[in-house]
Amino acid sequence: MENNYLISYLLLIPLAGGVLLLFINKEKENLIRYSGLVISLAAFVLSLIIYFRFDPDNGGFQLTQRISWIENLNISYYVGIDGMSLLLVLLTTFITPLTLLSSWKSIESKVKEFTFFMLMLEVGMLGVFVSLDLFLFYIFWEAMLIPMYFIIGIWGGMQRIYASIKFFIYTMFGSLLMLVAIIWLAVYASTPLGYFSTDLVELYSIGPDVPGTIQAWMFAAFAFSFAIKVPLFPFHTWLPDAHVEAPTAGSVILAGVLLKMGTYGLIRFCLPLFPQASIDFAPAISVLAIIGIIYGALVAMVQTDMKKLVAYSSVSHLGFVVLGIFAMNEESIQGAIIQMVNHGLSTGALFLLVGIIYERTHTREIAEYGGLAKIVPVYCVALMIASLSSIGLPGLNGFIGEFLILTGSFKSAVLDSWWYTVFAATGVIFAAVYLLWMYQRVVFGEVTNPKMNGLKDMDSREHIVLLPIFVFIVWIGIYPGTFLKVSEKSTQKVIEYIHTIQKAEFK
Amino acid sequence: MIDLMYLTIILPLTGFLINGLFGSRIKNEAVIGTIGSGVIGISFIISLLALFETLSLPEEQRQTIINLFTWLNVAGINVSFGYQIDQLSLVMALIVTGVGFIIHVYSIGYMHGDKSFWRFFSYMNLFIFAMMNLILADNFLLLFLGWEGVGLCSYLLIGFWYDRKFEKSTTSDAAKKAFVVNRIGDFGFLLGMFLIYLTFDSLNFSEVFLKANIFNIPEGTFDLIALFLFIGAVGKSAQIPLYVWLPDAMAGPTPVSALIHAATMVTAGVYMVARCSVLFASAPVILLVVAIIGALTAIFAATIGFVQNDIKKVLAYSTVSQLGYMFLALGVGAFSAGIFHVMTHAFFKALLFLGAGSVIHAMHEEQDIQNYGGLKKYMPQTYITFLIAAFAISGIPPLSGFFSKDEILWYSYIHGNFAFWLIGALTALLTAFYMFRLFILTFEGNPRFLRRDSSAGHDKHPHESPKVMTIPLIILAVLSAIGGFIGIPEVFSGDHGNQFHNWLAPIFKDADKKLNFFGMHSHFEEILLMSISVAGAVISILLARHIYLNHPDIAEKTAKRFKGFYNLLWNKYFVDEIYDAAIVNPIVKGSDKVLWKISDNRIIDGLVNATGRLVEAAALQMRKIQTGVAQLYAIVMMLGIVIALFWIILSL
Repeated sequence: MENNYLISYLLLIPLAGGVLLLFINKEKENLIRYSGLVISLAAFVLSLIIYFRFDPDNGGFQLTQRISWIENLNISYYVGIDGMSLLLVLLTTFITPLTLLSSWKSIESKVKEFTFFMLMLEVGMLGVFVSLDLFLFYIFWEAMLIPMYFIIGIWGGMQRIYASIKFFIYTMFGSLLMLVAIIWLAVYASTPLGYFSTDLVELYSIGPDVPGTIQAWMFAAFAFSFAIKVPLFPFHTWLPDAHVEAPTAGSVILAGVLLKMGTYGLIRFCLPLFPQASIDFAPAISVLAIIGIIYGALVAMVQTDMKKLVAYSSVSHLGFVVLGIFAMNEESIQGAIIQMVNHGLSTGALFLLVGIIYERTHTREIAEYGGLAKIVPVYCVALMIASLSSIGLPGLNGFIGEFLILTGSFKSAVLDSWWYTVFAATGVIFAAVYLLWMYQRVVFGEVTNPKMNGLKDMDSREHIVLLPIFVFIVWIGIYPGTFLKVSEKSTQKVIEYIHTIQKAEFK
Repeated sequence: MIDLMYLTIILPLTGFLINGLFGSRIKNEAVIGTIGSGVIGISFIISLLALFETLSLPEEQRQTIINLFTWLNVAGINVSFGYQIDQLSLVMALIVTGVGFIIHVYSIGYMHGDKSFWRFFSYMNLFIFAMMNLILADNFLLLFLGWEGVGLCSYLLIGFWYDRKFEKSTTSDAAKKAFVVNRIGDFGFLLGMFLIYLTFDSLNFSEVFLKANIFNIPEGTFDLIALFLFIGAVGKSAQIPLYVWLPDAMAGPTPVSALIHAATMVTAGVYMVARCSVLFASAPVILLVVAIIGALTAIFAATIGFVQNDIKKVLAYSTVSQLGYMFLALGVGAFSAGIFHVMTHAFFKALLFLGAGSVIHAMHEEQDIQNYGGLKKYMPQTYITFLIAAFAISGIPPLSGFFSKDEILWYSYIHGNFAFWLIGALTALLTAFYMFRLFILTFEGNPRFLRRDSSAGHDKHPHESPKVMTIPLIILAVLSAIGGFIGIPEVFSGDHGNQFHNWLAPIFKDADKKLNFFGMHSHFEEILLMSISVAGAVISILLARHIYLNHPDIAEKTAKRFKGFYNLLWNKYFVDEIYDAAIVNPIVKGSDKVLWKISDNRIIDGLVNATGRLVEAAALQMRKIQTGVAQLYAIVMMLGIVIALFWIILSL
């Protein structure tokens, strides 16, 4: 039971694959590209096998494996998945090959290093989602920064050094507080348990009993670290810089998966470990989330750089996810989880599309564009679908998430006021404004910039990159049950932690 | 056939996919047009057969639900792609597919030669798909899917000619404005759905309406639900204060204006309120608000229509005004009268727009009625059908508009109050006047486009449109003429009453019960009021004829004498300008100058970077300690040892 190797294999494929890649002659760039793609596809196939092995009726951790690691401290290599982490694992293994394929042409120098770092990044992200030991989690959480740092710093734009250092230090700063809290919690747990423990499942039974003030501090340390990663307003300013400077593949991974690590952490650790503090902090954090929704949208609206616009839209969208998490009912958390996937798909697609046009024109200034509908019609259709998905048009994926989150926050007993939802729902209006305005300026009108004439429409490689994303955008939009079912039981389990507290309060 | 009603959803979707994916390769206009119109035509036949089948059923079996598959099932939310076929949705389905089919056929002629012919038909099919979802949905969420879907199609079609200028800006500006203003309404609709779910723990119509009937729910909750839903309707159906997008929506091709912005989509709000009649009837305060907004919009828009010179713009304001009528009907609790007007309005307003399209086509895109004149001899079929539509909208008996409009006026009087009737009647007079101003300036009198030949480029040789366009006009003219006979009021039809009303009665019976109207009114009163409004309409028409045909100087003089008021109307009360100055510009400028450039860049990011610099500066100072001089290190070490020794000694 505790010794299922599947997940370890999943981590091993990109890890070993990446290391083996280093032995290929760096001149053989195409061989490296194809190998990287095959390795990441293999990981995707394995994650599908995991999906079919997964039992959606079970809310606990499955396919677990535990190997004792640092025996004195009872730290072990302990991995496993529940519904929520499975969805994010699938998202990661799905997005990674697409980003590798998308960089086929845009990454021309140091292809080997790039592919290696991308695979290491995948290991780090997967590790974060499958770790069931806080120490192990922390290792992956930090390790993942390194390849991202290099991806921005080596293949980024003009300000790449500034952006990569800012990204690194900003997130590192948050993580250190989390490390302190992890140690504190493990030490605290050694009294009732009789031994030091970083085992998440064991700590689930300890955390809720941590007395008020201490629990609040621990919660704050964890939440702060996650809030930076999300990013929650006002800790978001690393994001536009990192996004704008990162190469397309980096932006896609950053938006598609990395940001989800923050919201994942909130659900995985903050809510069940510190339910009382979560309830106490919920109004404050929800207010920040809502400020993020509106503020992110308004600032996105006035951007002149397409990539920055999409970056700020992430601040807005992730605000919805955080609101869903802290509304703490089944509708809202299910909505938050599906919205993490949705944001990965729609914002991933938007970044890919910005990258596709940037490769041709080498500008991201919206003002330079105009009238693309005449020149690259297929591209414009793709941009429309991605924008509509991000706007939350019913029938596409974004709507499902937003609707569930807002419905949940409206009836939330923890928030206990309609005003949260009323303000958050204005984001629905602003999203339409900033995306359609961008779309209008880029796609409609006359061609004003002679440089744009003769642009090539999307080629078949680019079709292959985007088509799978669009399939899921529509799939989640009209039949979300496939995905909601996966996380249903694990969501209910999180809710149970909250409910025990609420019931205790009434006594 | 009722069981096959889901095909009316699937078929337009298929048409959209075929023309959308392969249209650019098919290229042949006949094939694309046939596919595009054909799928709608078949949907119409299915709807018609379903209607006959429903008619043969006893009243209590006239509701069928077709459940395709589950859409969303989380906690208490359980909604499907489920379609409800009943008296109300069948009426709407027939209007949408019937008028829709006619307009599709007309478009084959109108859009002939357009480089994006296929794109036009794929969007139109997508629109019908979304609209059918809206009217057949058996739950709020699916209705909302259609609701936003039609908004998207409206957006795509308003901006169809994406590289064209429109008035002071571009078609894409108009398209974006329509979408965004609609989203403001949708925001209200969303809140309405949340509150419905919170209150009734369901989003399915049958369950919600049943619980609304039997549960004991405070009136305040109903008020809020109805208010939120109404905000949605105000956006979609272009009522005050969110009507501003509809006149701009005229940037789209004329068949689009006919189908989406006159006959079908804009009436979605009316449909939705009628569908939720139980909820609105439980919130009498909001019902009054609906009536007031409707009445105000009706007269407000009519006054603007008075002075506009763009043929489509006059029709656009007329549409806003007629939609106001429909809301007035709903607001006074005359739900079936509202739906009846939806139907007749679909006939005559679609006809007016298609007629206008025929004229614009003939006049080479000229839309200013001041540059028309005397077109009747060039395009007789357009002329006669347009005349029928103009009579119908003016409420001349026995054309369709007369019956629906008078029913609304009558109910405003008996259920509402005299003020509603008066505003309604005044609006009717204004409508008759501006409609015939438009008609006479276009078709009667001497041509005014000839004299401009010397100055304005090429000659204009107006001609009648091809048959593919005129036959749709004729069909709609027949419908506009006789379409009202299915709703002849009791005062004329005697014992079996108003048939349209009877048909819809089961849908509205719970709402009627809640509203509980009483009071007796004589037939004499009804006929008196009817006579007054008809006489008023006739006088208005004659007045318009007198002024614009024989004494055009009167119009000019009046405009000069009341220059201030004329300017106010001509500039549409400056509402767009006020919105821009009060809402749009402050948000955009504030976001740019304050939120982004100051708050984000200076304050938040400034703090972040300042922290970084602080650490750096501190490190720079600390660095000075590391001088690299070994002697200094030795001294510091010695000092350390001494201090440590002292400490140890002292602590002993």
